[in-house]
Amino acid sequence: MSTDAPPPSKTEPGLPSAEEFTAVQDSAEFRELRRSYRSFAFPLTVAFIAWYLVYVLLSNYAGGFMGARLFGNVNVALVLGLAQFLTTFLIAWWYSRHAAAELDPKAQAIKSRMEGDA
Amino acid sequence: MSHAAFLAAGEASKHRPLIITLFAVFVVATLVITVWAGRQTRNAADFYAGGRQFTAFQNGLAVSGDYMSAASFLGIAGAIALFGYDGFLYSIGFLVAWLVALLLVAEPLRNSGRYTMGDVLAYRMRQRPVRTAAGTSTIVVSIFYLLAQMAGAGVLVSLLLGITSDGGKVGIVALVGLLMIVYVTIGGMKGTTWVQMVKAVLLIAGALLLTFLVLLKFHFNLSDLLGKAAANSGKGSAFLEPGLKYGATGTTKLDFISLGIALVLGTAGLPHILIRFYTVPTAKAARKSVNWAIGLIGAFYLMTLALGFGAAALIKPEEIIASNKAGNTAAPLLALHLGGTDSNGGAILLATISAVAFATILAVVAGLTLASSSSFAHDIYANVIKKGRATEKQEVGAARWATVGVGAVSIALGALARDLNVAGLVALAFAVAASANLPTILYSLFWKRFTTRGALWSIYGGLVTAVGLVLFSPVVSGKPASMFPDVDFHWFPLENPGIISIPVGFLLGWLGTLLSKEEPDAGKYAELEVRSLTGTGAH
Repeated sequence: MSTDAPPPSKTEPGLPSAEEFTAVQDSAEFRELRRSYRSFAFPLTVAFIAWYLVYVLLSNYAGGFMGARLFGNVNVALVLGLAQFLTTFLIAWWYSRHAAAELDPKAQAIKSRMEGDA
Repeated sequence: MSHAAFLAAGEASKHRPLIITLFAVFVVATLVITVWAGRQTRNAADFYAGGRQFTAFQNGLAVSGDYMSAASFLGIAGAIALFGYDGFLYSIGFLVAWLVALLLVAEPLRNSGRYTMGDVLAYRMRQRPVRTAAGTSTIVVSIFYLLAQMAGAGVLVSLLLGITSDGGKVGIVALVGLLMIVYVTIGGMKGTTWVQMVKAVLLIAGALLLTFLVLLKFHFNLSDLLGKAAANSGKGSAFLEPGLKYGATGTTKLDFISLGIALVLGTAGLPHILIRFYTVPTAKAARKSVNWAIGLIGAFYLMTLALGFGAAALIKPEEIIASNKAGNTAAPLLALHLGGTDSNGGAILLATISAVAFATILAVVAGLTLASSSSFAHDIYANVIKKGRATEKQEVGAARWATVGVGAVSIALGALARDLNVAGLVALAFAVAASANLPTILYSLFWKRFTTRGALWSIYGGLVTAVGLVLFSPVVSGKPASMFPDVDFHWFPLENPGIISIPVGFLLGWLGTLLSKEEPDAGKYAELEVRSLTGTGAH
């Protein structure tokens, strides 16, 4: 351990002890919460960053494709750009729905119990 | 009469009283809010986090107000007006970036931190070195961002008030600096949040009005608008395709990739955005405020598309360039055109839109100043200098003095950056945030083995690499559009350092951890992980 000033949380009254935190971190309930969060958020992050990079690379190196007219003066580039907006809105909505249904109840249960004990 | 001539000839001076009145109304209104908020600011949680009692919608509005800076309004509209489609690429990066904040950062940060980004970075590390690093990078990122806002303020005011003398411009930048010091020292986070909410409403209303007027001109025919923009730009259909700004050579294409990465990874590392999540009571409210922000910011960027292409369709490109080399005045010029160049309508619309842009700048500089002075007071003064033994009163006092210091620095730097595109400058702030802050935040939250040395290496390594590459890039020297065009010491070919500095930040955090002699503090990580996912013991 360091000789520096103690981190502020150690001096906070009412916070569960280090042993309790370690025990909860090891509990099946918490592991399930972590799995449910990470298995949703991590792949989705990789996916939207990949989709964004594909778009950036197409803009750079596929000028002919991006410039193809779809209707009137609207070309592929504009439609793909607007599609980035659409997917951003959809992913935000999808994650929030997952969080409300799967994550919040589990998190709340652990929190209530830990704070009740403390 | 042409637009540039209209402004240059000082015709606008007839309407100067109107313009000044609108500016003054906004300034007085926000000062009243600030004083009111100041009276309700009693303790550190009030000053730093606005008492944590804002609703998700209020905070979503304030986040939008904090994020949609002069770069978004003036810079993107200008970049679209001059470079067509390539300007739109900024909006996309700026928006998609919010998903990183939503999925990975906002809720854990709200659950485990208290006032600053440093709270989370230093949570399980040795406090003094990591807080010093976090404070340093917070201040550097915020100053870069401030520079862009100050450049925008200078541009606007010289356009509107016909002030061309250097003394006059410095005076205006000083006035902006003085106002932001007043907002933050008196109103703290509460005052700043309300100013940002008011600004967000004004900005969205202003953009809606202009968008409506542009679309009306083209009978709501988007294809027609695009066609006229392409024709009027003199570039033809290339104007609607990627490549005009970034497609010239292999180097510029690489620069574009670099910019794209910096934009998408930068937002979740911007300290002035991160501290906004502390103003709501729970992580769930933080999530909802990000959702509101994504909706509002997305809608706004869609409107800048109409503004930029509208300006391109209705105003000759030479006139936009004559007014400001980087295109920053395209939106105000568009307002003037839509209202009618030779009528009062044009002047009134110009004055309104300019007042909105001015409000935008003031609200963002207030947020940036608050972020840097909170971090100085909470991370560096209270936890490093006073070793955690400062009283709340001393800490808030230090934050107020730091505000004065940050204000002074940004006034001094503001004059240097006048002719750079505001969106380009902000992109640099994003690159620094993505290189120094984001790797450290993600490792801290999700990587059990991460150590103090890893944190220091990723913060300082990312920071020094990003800032160093900018220093030796064409942004600073060697090109006609550089900050110092008359000297040339650039050797890094790209304008945006992200493609190098972001991987360096991540790599150094990993390497520093592997080379650490100390063991990671498993108990503190258990505490951080459980708190960040469940909200146990959240403030």
